[in-house]
Amino acid sequence: MPHQQTAGPTRRQIFEARQRRKSLVIASASTITVVVALIVLVPLAPGWSKVQQSFFNGAVLAKSFPKLLDAFMINVMIFAWSAPAIAVLGLLIALARDAKSPALFPLRIFGAAFTDIFRGVPVILTVYLIGFGIPGLGLPRPWNSPYIWGSLALVLTYSAYVAEIFRSGIDSVHKSQRAAALSLGLSERQVMQDVVLPQAVRNVVPAQMNMLIALQKDVSLLSFIGPVEIFRQAGVFKSLMANFTPYVGAAIIFLIVTIPATRYADYLMARQMRERS
Amino acid sequence: MKKATLAAITALMMSTIAAQADGHCAAGKTLTDGKFTVATGNPAYFPWVLDDAPESGQGFEAAVAYAVASEMGFEAADVVWVRSSFDEAIQPGAKNFDVNMQQYSITPERDQVVDFSAPYYTAPMAVLVGPGAVDTAPTMDALKSLLWGAVGSTTAVPKLENVIQPSKSPLLYGDNADVNAAIGANQIDAALFDLPTALFLSAVMIEGSKVIGQFPADSGDNPDQFGMLMEEGNPLKSCIDAAISTLTENGTMAEIEATWLQNTTGVPLIK
Repeated sequence: MPHQQTAGPTRRQIFEARQRRKSLVIASASTITVVVALIVLVPLAPGWSKVQQSFFNGAVLAKSFPKLLDAFMINVMIFAWSAPAIAVLGLLIALARDAKSPALFPLRIFGAAFTDIFRGVPVILTVYLIGFGIPGLGLPRPWNSPYIWGSLALVLTYSAYVAEIFRSGIDSVHKSQRAAALSLGLSERQVMQDVVLPQAVRNVVPAQMNMLIALQKDVSLLSFIGPVEIFRQAGVFKSLMANFTPYVGAAIIFLIVTIPATRYADYLMARQMRERS
Repeated sequence: MKKATLAAITALMMSTIAAQADGHCAAGKTLTDGKFTVATGNPAYFPWVLDDAPESGQGFEAAVAYAVASEMGFEAADVVWVRSSFDEAIQPGAKNFDVNMQQYSITPERDQVVDFSAPYYTAPMAVLVGPGAVDTAPTMDALKSLLWGAVGSTTAVPKLENVIQPSKSPLLYGDNADVNAAIGANQIDAALFDLPTALFLSAVMIEGSKVIGQFPADSGDNPDQFGMLMEEGNPLKSCIDAAISTLTENGTMAEIEATWLQNTTGVPLIK
């Protein structure tokens, strides 16, 4: 309480401040020790100069980085059109699985089968099968583009996961709320749209952030069917120069994007915890 | 007891030496004494290795491996085959093979990490087109307007960028099978392969495709030369280079090439 501050810090506050300073000193000391140990010890390993030459080669990094950045724009592009499609399709599948009316039972079966299949098959297999298989049927250009069908494969797979997260969000809204809303005379549809979904979506935002981060990385799987995005571009450099540094460069670019996104997801999750407690 | 052991060891040493052509250059320099371990792809493809069975000596690279082994004093029975991937072969560190033959193009950058033998083949690049583009003329202008594909880990990529300079950016794939799938699905018009691979693909793998032209192997840009890949600093290199140079000089290499990589004059030069 602020009005007690006039008497100066209490003994407890002084004690806690001292404890905080102490743990800060210990944390800094142990971190510095570990970092120094890594910097000193790793180069002492017998293979270090070879590893440094093939994984952390400054000249190779400088040569490949600008083109890696260009290629990353393709990742961003695929991500940008896949993410909204995943959100929409995921929500629709979740609603299909939640359909209450007996007449809509086939919809529930479809929703369940969809999530079972696309969560069960590794993403890369889906990308291959859809990316080469459907254009192989004889579609004319540009409709056989690997960008279209590769993105569709990502959308299908990720919608299955996202749908399950939405469904858990829908389940997290207590049944009494539905009952109360129905008793007020709202229709099933209004209950879902105006009562359940607004809360459900808010509850799962942090979990969906994690899906976005995972999607950002999995966009690279499209490289298997042709698009020269960052992973493929790094692979081209690796083969030309017989050096793995371009992969490290690609990893750095990914981290620049994903670390802030991860921190933001953590922040959202922490805020949610505070609001609930 | 000690004497018996000593006798056994002596006998063993004698037999090893006998099996390996006394005091030959390669003695004691191979992975396993008295054996010559050769790695190939998994699977290995025609016409480099026939039927994925290098032990038969059938196919260009299998035949070269046995010819080099024999030149170095190994019996055919002493040639051991293992399989490896591209990444396994170029990462730093110890290898599980003496040499690796998978149509590795010799590049200075690769040479910094691993060692290459003297080249055993000089492959020209050839253009394979899908059914939709078989009427393309073998001229640079016509090639520029095609939609290109290539295997991302080969020297076909810089060749595309520097020599052909296509107007649309090319699509890149992990291996030949994926490039074939993309041609089959009409996602790309054309792909660059070394000539022997291109001929094989058009004849066997991709219905309706055609090899429309080849680049001269001696044109300004570096022609692809295949070398046996070895661990950096492998002492065996000098023995293998000597064997390859003998085989090239006495015409054996040319004979093997004629047997396993047929005369390719049917494909015109690109102008």
